[in-house]
Amino acid sequence: MIFHIALRELRSLFLSPLAWVILGGLQIILAWKFLGFIELFYSLQPELIKIKNAPGVTDLIVAPLFDFSKVILLMISPLITMRLLSEEKQNGTLHLLLSSPISMTQIVTGKYLGALLFFSIIIIQISLMPLSLANAADLDTGKFAAGMLGQFLNVAAFLALGLYMSSLSKQPVIAAASTYGLLIMFWIINIASTTEAASSNFFNYISMTYHSTQMLRGIVYSSDVAYFLLFSLFFILLSIRQLDAQRLQH
Amino acid sequence: MSSPLIHAQHLHRYYADTHAVNDLSIELHQGDILGLLGPNGAGKSSCMQMLCGVLAPSAGKIEINGIDLLDHPNQAKQHIGYLPDKPPLYNELTVDEYLNYTAKLRHTPNHKLHDYREQAKQRCGLSSHGNRLISNLSKGYQQRVGIAQAIIHHPKIIILDEPTVGLDPIQMREIRSLITELGKHHGVILSTHILPEVQAVCTRVQIIQQGCSVFNKSMDELKHSDWATLKLEKDIDIDALQNIPGIQTAEKMAPGNFQIYGKELHDSLSGISEHCVTEKWGLLEISPRENNLEQTFIQLTSGEAYLQSAITETENAS
Repeated sequence: MIFHIALRELRSLFLSPLAWVILGGLQIILAWKFLGFIELFYSLQPELIKIKNAPGVTDLIVAPLFDFSKVILLMISPLITMRLLSEEKQNGTLHLLLSSPISMTQIVTGKYLGALLFFSIIIIQISLMPLSLANAADLDTGKFAAGMLGQFLNVAAFLALGLYMSSLSKQPVIAAASTYGLLIMFWIINIASTTEAASSNFFNYISMTYHSTQMLRGIVYSSDVAYFLLFSLFFILLSIRQLDAQRLQH
Repeated sequence: MSSPLIHAQHLHRYYADTHAVNDLSIELHQGDILGLLGPNGAGKSSCMQMLCGVLAPSAGKIEINGIDLLDHPNQAKQHIGYLPDKPPLYNELTVDEYLNYTAKLRHTPNHKLHDYREQAKQRCGLSSHGNRLISNLSKGYQQRVGIAQAIIHHPKIIILDEPTVGLDPIQMREIRSLITELGKHHGVILSTHILPEVQAVCTRVQIIQQGCSVFNKSMDELKHSDWATLKLEKDIDIDALQNIPGIQTAEKMAPGNFQIYGKELHDSLSGISEHCVTEKWGLLEISPRENNLEQTFIQLTSGEAYLQSAITETENAS
């Protein structure tokens, strides 16, 4: 049942121009950046040969590309999540779901999964560019996989937060604006941790940037994975609760 | 009598401080078409949403086909088809895609999907519209798609919230005959504020006013209480009218203008007119009125003052 809802969500996305515009625009921007990184790598190559254990293609092209794409993904995820529940409320289609023999958990997870499927397509699309180098250069598959995992976990967290914001409002625009606000907050909150104060660890700990940087270097800490999974789970549960609360009391 | 399809008792619903539904009980049997009547904001939609599980009641108990809606929502909702006041459509899908999706939401097995969809389309007159985009359909056809999704999984109970709103007269007639057809095999609840619609299709009427049920009768019962309007030259006392055999009660609307009520009143009209003539009251007009749903409705929902103004309006118009 969750799958039916997710597939409908994905299908509706591709029936609107939004999904295609996002896929196309994203690819152009990232391809431009990707070419820039290759250019840089070429100019640095004479220097790199002299260094023992010099950073390779993965460190100089793939990691910066993935780092950059995360910011772009942060910018586009609210555009997708803003519609998830607010549009259903606005169009009255939420009543169809609520009067059907399915649970609130199934509705919310289905919607979330639909958006996650769309972003999985985007992540695969992004990864194809560095993969095209695999023939010509020595690609570190471990680092590459860790980078992809990092993107996926980041997106999972973005979408969960966006889903929750969408469950709060009937207006997609309000949902998008508040998602932007909170996502950027979670992105930059570790700025506070440059001081030596005891609280700095805490700010680092709740920051998304802090938890995703290690994965770009190919190091997957279980604490980082747990952070993103718990973050996503927390906001999915809040969305379910929110919808239930709306059914109970107005 | 068979066990009821819907057995809802003492429903209450609060929105903040507003008591939108107040101690409402509803019962629906197989083959019934129950018309929920009420002015805007009477609590019809809230009531229907509670019966479908879209809203949780603040208090009360709802049993759908013997299953408690609050304890086992998924089993109970399987028996319900619901059309909200705004049809829940995904404009970007085609009619077929949409109906397939709604059937799957109601756990229709794959091998029955095609048959169920074609049946629903055929019953709603959508057979040739399967590949059309919902957003390109006219409002009437969108409403039909809304009804089709409510009946696609062969539910025992169909709940329609203002199904004919915004339709042209021909479409209205088609939808009404569809509802009559549905009523033969399912239990149907429909809400409306169009009185002729209730008279045309319903077997039972329940009038809701400020969240309370103020009237609950079958159409047969309603039809048996006849009434007539009486115009006399002379202004006489009401008691004099009530003493005439055949008249149970009489009301004075204006000097010389009366409404008379009685069981099988229409059969005794000739006797009454004879009586008026022999008394030399100056009989101007006596006209039987079919059934008094409209009058009952206005009386129950708006009080006497509104009734008076409505009657003078009708008279001026005629």
